[in-house]
Amino acid sequence: MTVVIEVVGLRKIYSDVVAVDDVSFEVRKGEIFGMVGPNGAGKTTTIECIEGLRQPDNGRVNLFGVDPGQTRSAIAERIGIQLQDSSLPTRIRVGEAMSLFGSFYARQADSGELLERLGLIEKRSASFSNLSGGQKQRLFIALALINQPEVVFFDELTTGLDPQARRAMWDLVRQIRDEGRTVFLTTHFMEEAERLCDRVLILDDGKIVALDTPEALISSLEMEKRIVLTLPGAPEKLPLSDLPQVDRIERSGDRIVVYGHGERFAGPVITALEHAGIDFLDLRTEQPNLDDVFLALTGRDMRE
Amino acid sequence: MRGLKQLTVMNFKLYLREPIATFFTLAFPPLLVLLFGAMYGNDPSQLYGGYGTMDITMSAYTALILGTIGLLGVPITTSGYREQGVLRRFRATPMRPLTYIVADLLTNLVMTLLGMIILIGVGWALYKVRFEGQVLSVFVAVVFSGLTMFSIGYLIASLAPGARTAQVIGMVIFYPMMFLSGASIPLEVMPEGVRRIADFLPLTHVVTLLRGLWFGEGWGEHLTEVVVLGGILVVGAGLAARFFRWE
Repeated sequence: MTVVIEVVGLRKIYSDVVAVDDVSFEVRKGEIFGMVGPNGAGKTTTIECIEGLRQPDNGRVNLFGVDPGQTRSAIAERIGIQLQDSSLPTRIRVGEAMSLFGSFYARQADSGELLERLGLIEKRSASFSNLSGGQKQRLFIALALINQPEVVFFDELTTGLDPQARRAMWDLVRQIRDEGRTVFLTTHFMEEAERLCDRVLILDDGKIVALDTPEALISSLEMEKRIVLTLPGAPEKLPLSDLPQVDRIERSGDRIVVYGHGERFAGPVITALEHAGIDFLDLRTEQPNLDDVFLALTGRDMRE
Repeated sequence: MRGLKQLTVMNFKLYLREPIATFFTLAFPPLLVLLFGAMYGNDPSQLYGGYGTMDITMSAYTALILGTIGLLGVPITTSGYREQGVLRRFRATPMRPLTYIVADLLTNLVMTLLGMIILIGVGWALYKVRFEGQVLSVFVAVVFSGLTMFSIGYLIASLAPGARTAQVIGMVIFYPMMFLSGASIPLEVMPEGVRRIADFLPLTHVVTLLRGLWFGEGWGEHLTEVVVLGGILVVGAGLAARFFRWE
């Protein structure tokens, strides 16, 4: 695995607030690497140190083997950046922005094709100020891809988008990865990190809390899984308590919650019910997710 | 300097799409010609050394355009771009900061020249205004004075915390200067006290330099103006470069 980004002992202090505290990790070529954490965790500071837009106070950053803060122009040719807070002149048109930003790079993508892919081709002659929030965000993504970058940085890619637009954005990010590019993104949506990223770094209060694949992070918790069922007219004694996967059963009227563990947990429960001839409605399994991981590791709820 | 041409052309288009900025650069000076021309005409006057009011307003209104762009346009646009995050977005590309500045200067100079052409065109068509200098010499003086005014504008943008403040500072500096420097009303009709204040205003020196060269005087007769404006340019540009912020 080729390492494209290497961060060692990164530290950044604003007046007397430690924004990023001794952070070290590597990003591999061709993966979607996500950095998640609540607002103010230090995600943007970290990503902007890697982009060469900020200088670390301590530690070092390597991008393609060089220090991005020292050789910004050369690095900037090979990366694409979508910033969390940025804008364009209000009266610039979409097509104009694409050719203007394209002219800053030695290598250029086909801007018509990019606009097509991002669903902006119809908006080519619309002014920036007349675009909706989602359209602006897509334009910034198109601008981040205008130089066919090897590494693309997305800072809070889907903030402000509705769920449908968010999902469309995920598909797009996967496509970008499948073209062989490396994607580094930050998000404060745990679901986004879980569904989209190959590896996730959880950052809290400037420190790394965990770093692994979403699946490994979740299974490392060894948390109970739950099956929620509605059993109208079920017998008092259920044939489930004897199953080795089942830990306990909670019952309130027709509604039953089965707690258990193991890779295959739902299967035996369903089979046992069918064998006993018990009809069930509304079967729903509940898996632990990255929100639970965050809660377990930091003691705080991510959504607070 | 990759992207310089595209950025300059884009800036120019964006400038023309701003109705207020375009009005004050291109339309306002000719409107003044119509207004003051109707009031004073262009008969030769002893007061102006044998020139008519419209003859001397050509160079004065050129200074007015430079002041408008330098003290209002530059600080408002630059600090606005910084506040909105436009500069941040540019900075994320390989484009060098110098390219951005040069494109901005070129755009503003071209807008100045365009304003001058329209102004002189109207002045010539209505009053056959006189020009007795050398075109190249006046061109150099316009560029030189322009860079001086623009450097003050960048300095305002660099020091002001936000776009609103930059606009207010620009207005506070520009509006008194517009009336007290001879850029809109000739200093010859002003009381002695105003003329003494005028000596301390940068724009007065632009007016004096341009009017002199316009009517065939040499650079040697305007060393004071060259030194004052050159000093402002060096100090203004130096401080602006020192304090300029991209975000």
